[in-house]
Amino acid sequence: MSMNDLQWLTWVRGTGFNIAVGIFLLGVVWRLIEVYTLGRKPDLAAPRHVPGASGWHTIVRRSLPPPGMLARSPVSYIGGYVFHVGLAIVVFFFAQHILLVKQLTGLSWPGLPSQLINLTAVVTMVAMLAVLVDRIRQPVKRFLSTFEDWFTWALTFLPLVTGWMATQHLLLPYTRMLALHILTVELLLVFLPFTKLFHAFALIGSRWYNGDTNGRKGVPV
Amino acid sequence: MKGPLIDSLVQQGVSRRSFLKYCATLASMMALPPAAGPAMAAAIAAAATRRPPVIWLSFQECTGCTESLTRSHSPTIETMIFDMISLDYHHTLQAASGEAAERARLESMQANFGKYLLIVDGSIPTANTAYSTIAGISNYDMLMETAKGAAAVIAVGSCAAFGGIPHANPNPTGAKSVGDLITDKPVMNIPGCPPIPVVIAGVLAHFLTFGSLPELDDKGRPKAFYGETIHDRCYRRPFYDQGKFAKTFDDEGARRGWCLFELGCKGPVTHNACATTKWNGGTSWPVESGHGCLGCSEPDFWDAGGFYKALSMPVRPATAAAAAAGVGAVAGLAVSVANRAKKSAAIRTHQPTTLEDLEK
Repeated sequence: MSMNDLQWLTWVRGTGFNIAVGIFLLGVVWRLIEVYTLGRKPDLAAPRHVPGASGWHTIVRRSLPPPGMLARSPVSYIGGYVFHVGLAIVVFFFAQHILLVKQLTGLSWPGLPSQLINLTAVVTMVAMLAVLVDRIRQPVKRFLSTFEDWFTWALTFLPLVTGWMATQHLLLPYTRMLALHILTVELLLVFLPFTKLFHAFALIGSRWYNGDTNGRKGVPV
Repeated sequence: MKGPLIDSLVQQGVSRRSFLKYCATLASMMALPPAAGPAMAAAIAAAATRRPPVIWLSFQECTGCTESLTRSHSPTIETMIFDMISLDYHHTLQAASGEAAERARLESMQANFGKYLLIVDGSIPTANTAYSTIAGISNYDMLMETAKGAAAVIAVGSCAAFGGIPHANPNPTGAKSVGDLITDKPVMNIPGCPPIPVVIAGVLAHFLTFGSLPELDDKGRPKAFYGETIHDRCYRRPFYDQGKFAKTFDDEGARRGWCLFELGCKGPVTHNACATTKWNGGTSWPVESGHGCLGCSEPDFWDAGGFYKALSMPVRPATAAAAAAGVGAVAGLAVSVANRAKKSAAIRTHQPTTLEDLEK
């Protein structure tokens, strides 16, 4: 007998989940160790300000658009902010997601009402579609885009759209859509450590490093 | 409307009026037009004179399905099924035993070939057919033999419909559902552990009235009763939407009747009519009594990851995670050592370029 919806859901909640979390942790630990043990020669130049200050400053500064850029590339900045903040809200403040974290780690925090999460999910999807259209329409962005850019966009978008459709009972029966949602999250987990999505872990460290290096080269930050 | 059925109901204290009301309820539950209620009543009353033959086979089961039907809230009404049909064979209910019982089945099969209704509860062992036998006949042989002349087959309960608990991992008896084995005849599934009595009564009344099975979903279940999920019809649904969940069975949320999702309710993935028909004469149903839905009318509900685990929780702890992180650490260190070795090798073999080299 082929797998029915509930059996499929049970598989993605069990074996599939274990495989995905396993690959995710393996990849994250591997890449973090690899990156942080690369080793750099000590920079003997005196920092422009307090040692490390440029690093910390860069972490914050690079989250803000440089002067004039917001007007030149509004979709990238506004769309980017909206979808990152939206994703964070949907991923970390949906009660069902918190429950998952609680079971795995014992940590929990209050969730937000489902309607608010639904609204946020819709706004996030709209923002993601906007940045995708922008990437397709702008010749320079399109030229700079590689397979990885399209692929990671899809990896991020799929869990969002399937999760939203599951809670809204759209297109497919809830059981199948929920299974599909969890499966797409598992795909995201599997590929995250090995694609540019690893910025979720590498972002802060690399910004600090760049800022600190620049601070020792006289670049005013 | 008169007839032996009405007389017998009246004798048992059920008025003609409540019989008609019951038929109207059945018809409306199956979303049939209003005229279907009286038609159903007439058909059931007529059937009581004709009494279409039914053979009820019980295989790997617990008799809970029969109990559900015979001990339902208004036994005289739902058990009128036994007045309107000629139940020619049913282990639990028949007086005859042994040879006489089997003879009754064979005689009914011969006399009503092609016309009788076959009802099955319980799954069928196939790993070794000797695991469950009746009068020396294996369940498999009896099912196949009896199904040959059946007009339609109804699998009552999750065991007959999907294999149920006998089919649960590791399925030692190789239990199979009726639908797994009978493929050349209409098989209707009425899953549930046990199924709701009124659902059994409703589909039988439908069969008697229209001579056909009602519309079925992709799992062979009558859509009228299994078309929506428990969650869709749950009176606690607003709390789910507001994100108000009971965290334990006796906390403030539980007392206020908040959603039981976090306590493992399988309502969102379970198709059944409990939330609308309720149990015990409309007294209550599992969620109303404070316990989440187990999902008993879905295939393999027994192996769906634990009754008290929320649907968004992993089925088991990610035990391999620590090992995977360890492997990742080793891989990271190995790559790191290799990188450093490459760097030292590059430093070792580095040849400085001199002015003379450039002038060569």
